[in-house]
Amino acid sequence: MADQDIALMAHLMRRAGFGAPYTELETRVATGYEATVEELLHPEAQPEVDADIMMRYKTEWVSKAGLEGQQEEWTFRMINTKRPLEEKIALFWHGILCTGHAKCENPRQQEFEVDMFRRGGLGKFSDLLMDLASDPAMVFFLDNCMSHKGAINENWGRELLELFSMGVGMDGKPNYSEDDVKEAARAFTGWTVANAMPRYPYGRYQAKFIYDPSDHDDGEKTFLGETGNWNGEDIINIIAKQPATARFVARHLYNYFVADEPQVPAWQHTPPRDPELIKMLEDEYFRTGSDIRSMLRVLFNSAAFKKARFAKVKSPAETVIGTIRLVGDFTFPKPGLNALALTIRYMGQDLLNPPTVEGWHTGREWIDSGTLVERINFTADNVGNINLPGVRAMVERLRAEGPTLSPERLVDGCLEQLGAYELAASTRNELVALARHEGEVQTGDEKFAVRVTQMLQSIVATTEYLFA
Amino acid sequence: MSSDAKEPVLVVLQLSGGNDALNTVIPYGDPLYYDNRPNVQIPEDQVLPINDKIGLHPTMGPIKALYDEGKVAIIQGIGYPHPNRSHFRSMDIWHTCEPDKVGDEGWLGRALRDLDPQKENVLTGVNFGRGLPRALAAPGVPVASVGNLETYGVLTGIEAEDQRMKALETFSNVYSPMIGQGPVLDYFAQTGLDALKGADILSTAPEKYHSSVKYGSDTVAQYMRNIVQTHLADFGTRVFYTTAPYNSFDTHAGELANHTKLWTETSKAIGAFYEDLKEHHATEDVVLLVFTEFGRRVHDNGSGTDHGAGGHAFVIGDKVKGGLYGEYPSLQQDKLVEGDLCFNNDFRGLYTTLLEKWLKLDAKPIVNGEFEQFAFI
Repeated sequence: MADQDIALMAHLMRRAGFGAPYTELETRVATGYEATVEELLHPEAQPEVDADIMMRYKTEWVSKAGLEGQQEEWTFRMINTKRPLEEKIALFWHGILCTGHAKCENPRQQEFEVDMFRRGGLGKFSDLLMDLASDPAMVFFLDNCMSHKGAINENWGRELLELFSMGVGMDGKPNYSEDDVKEAARAFTGWTVANAMPRYPYGRYQAKFIYDPSDHDDGEKTFLGETGNWNGEDIINIIAKQPATARFVARHLYNYFVADEPQVPAWQHTPPRDPELIKMLEDEYFRTGSDIRSMLRVLFNSAAFKKARFAKVKSPAETVIGTIRLVGDFTFPKPGLNALALTIRYMGQDLLNPPTVEGWHTGREWIDSGTLVERINFTADNVGNINLPGVRAMVERLRAEGPTLSPERLVDGCLEQLGAYELAASTRNELVALARHEGEVQTGDEKFAVRVTQMLQSIVATTEYLFA
Repeated sequence: MSSDAKEPVLVVLQLSGGNDALNTVIPYGDPLYYDNRPNVQIPEDQVLPINDKIGLHPTMGPIKALYDEGKVAIIQGIGYPHPNRSHFRSMDIWHTCEPDKVGDEGWLGRALRDLDPQKENVLTGVNFGRGLPRALAAPGVPVASVGNLETYGVLTGIEAEDQRMKALETFSNVYSPMIGQGPVLDYFAQTGLDALKGADILSTAPEKYHSSVKYGSDTVAQYMRNIVQTHLADFGTRVFYTTAPYNSFDTHAGELANHTKLWTETSKAIGAFYEDLKEHHATEDVVLLVFTEFGRRVHDNGSGTDHGAGGHAFVIGDKVKGGLYGEYPSLQQDKLVEGDLCFNNDFRGLYTTLLEKWLKLDAKPIVNGEFEQFAFI
C-alpha cells in the first residue's frame, strides 16, 4: 500500500539521513527501496555541497580557525548535502573515534579528520583504523606523540582497544589484558606528528603525521596471543580479525542506525537487543573484510531494520538538521546560521567537542528538563513559520485535498507531511479533539495555514516526536 | 508557596573558561608576581588592598565593599589532585566531584534530590541559561533551565494567547497517559509535565518584581537579576545556577583588557544582586558561590595566560564569616606544579561546607567522600 511504502521510506531517510519532505519521499518510493538504499550507500555518485558559495559568504570557513565557525560549517553541510549518509556516517564515526576541541584546540585539524570519516567511513574498518592511527588530531588527542621507545604513553593503545575496536569485553568475558594495552602502545611508538608551530604569534599550522623509525620500539611483542616484531599496522590487522571487533562494529551500527542500545560500558555484560541481526552484520563483516558499506546494505535491507520504527531518540543534530531540511531553511549561508549551530550545542551535542573520548551518551540520555524544552520550542518555532518554503509546501499539499478536511484528516495529514509519524491512540485522540474544538477545517479559509501550523506544532511537542 | 521560616538558598555563579586567579586576588606584595607577569600584571597602586600582601583587581569595587562588611569569604588555592587543564574535563570534575572517572550525576542534582525527595516542587532547582549544566543533572530530578525568564515556557512560539493555552492543554493531556508506559516514556513524559508546570509558575515572577536597582545589560547581570526576581517570587527554589557565557574567562590573549571588562561586569552584577536582595530584605537567606574550573599559569604568554591550576573561589552572603580561607599558593619555583600554582584545599571541602552547614544535607554521598570543611559559615 502506498502509505506503507511512504512510511518505510521516511524511516529509511530518517536513519540513513536526516529525514525528507513528503515530495522527496514520493519520488524515492517511485525509485524503489533497494535502489534508494544503493543510492544512499554510494554518496560519491551525488554532487558535493557547493564549496564556492560557502567560502565566498563565510570566509571563516576558509581559515577554519574557530570552533563555532566549524560547527556552523558542518551544520550547513548536513542541511544541504545530497549525500546524507556520508554526513551521517561522519557523525557516527566522530562520536565513536573521538577527538575533542577541548584538548585539540585546532578546528582545522579536526576538520581534516572529519573529512577522513566522510571519505573512508563506508570503506573497510581496518583501513579506517589505519587512517585514524596516522591522523594528526588523533595522534595528539590521545598523546601518541608523547609515547616513545622505552617510555610508552598508553593512552592511544588503551582507547584503541577499549573504545575504538573491540571494547572491554564480550559475552561476559574480557577481550584483552593490560599487557595487550602496553604491547599495542609499544607497537605504535614512532607514530607521531611533525612539530606544529606554536599557536602564538602566527596562529595554528596544520600538523603532519610522520613515522619516526628511530623512536619506534621494534622489539618482539605478544599481542592477543600472537607474537612478532609488531608495528602499528600489524596491531590493526590482528584487531580487525577478532570476533570482538566484528561484534563491536555491528553493535555500534545497530545502536546508531537501528535502535537504542544501552550505553557502551554495559556491553560486556549486556547481550545485544537483536542477536540475530548482530550475527548477520558480523557475518558480513568477515565475508567482506570489514566493509562498512556491505554491512549497512545488510542492515538497511533487513526485516528487523524495517520494523524498528521510532526505536531511537533523535540526537540533537538529527533534531535540528531534520527540522531545517523539512522546513526548507538555510539553503544559503545567511545570517542566523551561527545561532542555529549553537542550538545543537544547547541540546547537548557540541560538535567536534564530545564531553570525553567516550563520545556522547545517546538514547534517553539526550533528554533532560533543559534540553526537552529546547527541542520542543525549536521544532515548534520552525514548523509554525508559514514563511518557510517547506512549511508552505505542507500547507498547500493539505489544501489540495479538497474544500474541507475532517479533524481526523487534519491530524493524519500533518503526521504524513512530517514524515509519516505515528502516535499512540490516546495522543492522536487528543489532537483530533484539538482540531475539532477549532471548528470545521475549510481549506479555502484565510486561517487554514494557521490551522495546519498549529497542528504541526502540537505534533512536534509530543513524546512520540522525540523518536526517529 | 510562602513560609515564615525562610529556607536557606544557594546561588552559584560559574565563571567559565578558567578565571586568572593571580590577577583576581593579586599577590602585589610578592615580587615573584611581577617577575612572572611582565606583560599581564596589575600595578601595585591600582590594586584594591585586602592586606599588605594581597588585594583585589581594580574593577572589583563592589566585591571589595562587601568584603569590608565582612560578607565575603575568599577561598584561596582551591583545586583537586592531578589538575586537569581541559575546560570541559575540569568543569566536569567540579560538576560531578569525580576527578578520576567520568561522572554523570551533578553535585547539585544530588543535593536537589535530597532537598526534595518526593519532587513536590518542580522549581526546587532553577538554572538560568540554555541547556542544563551537569552540576544540576541527576536522573529523575526536575530542574528548570531558563534561557530567558520573560519568555520562558513551552511552545512560546505560538503567539496567540488562546491558541497557546489550547496547545498547552493538549500537551499536558498528551503527556499524562505516557506515564506508566515503560521507563523511557515515563521519564520523557514526567520531564515534559514538570517543564510545563515549572514554566507556568515561573512566568508569574517578572510581574511580581519591583526594584530600584539598575543592572548591567550583560548576560551575567541579567541572569543575576532573574535569580533575584525568581527568589523574591517565593516559589520555594533552593538552588539557583547561572554561568558566565561560554568560556569568556579563557584569557589566552589580550588578557588585561578582557579580564578588566569581565570583572567590571561581574563585580557590578554581584553588587547589584546583593543591593537588590538588600532592598527587599532578603539577604539573610541567600549565599552566593562564585567559582571557576581552574586558575591560569603563573607565567604569562606575552599577551595573556594559559590554562593552569589552583584558583580562588568566593562565597558571599550575610551569614558568611568574611575573610581569607585556605592559603595563598606560593609562587616560588620549587613549590609550583608544572609551572602552576599548587592547590592546598580540595573544592569538595568547599562543597561540603555549603551542603552541610548551609543546606543542612549529608555531604558525603553527594561529594563522594569526606573532605575538610571551612569555618566560613
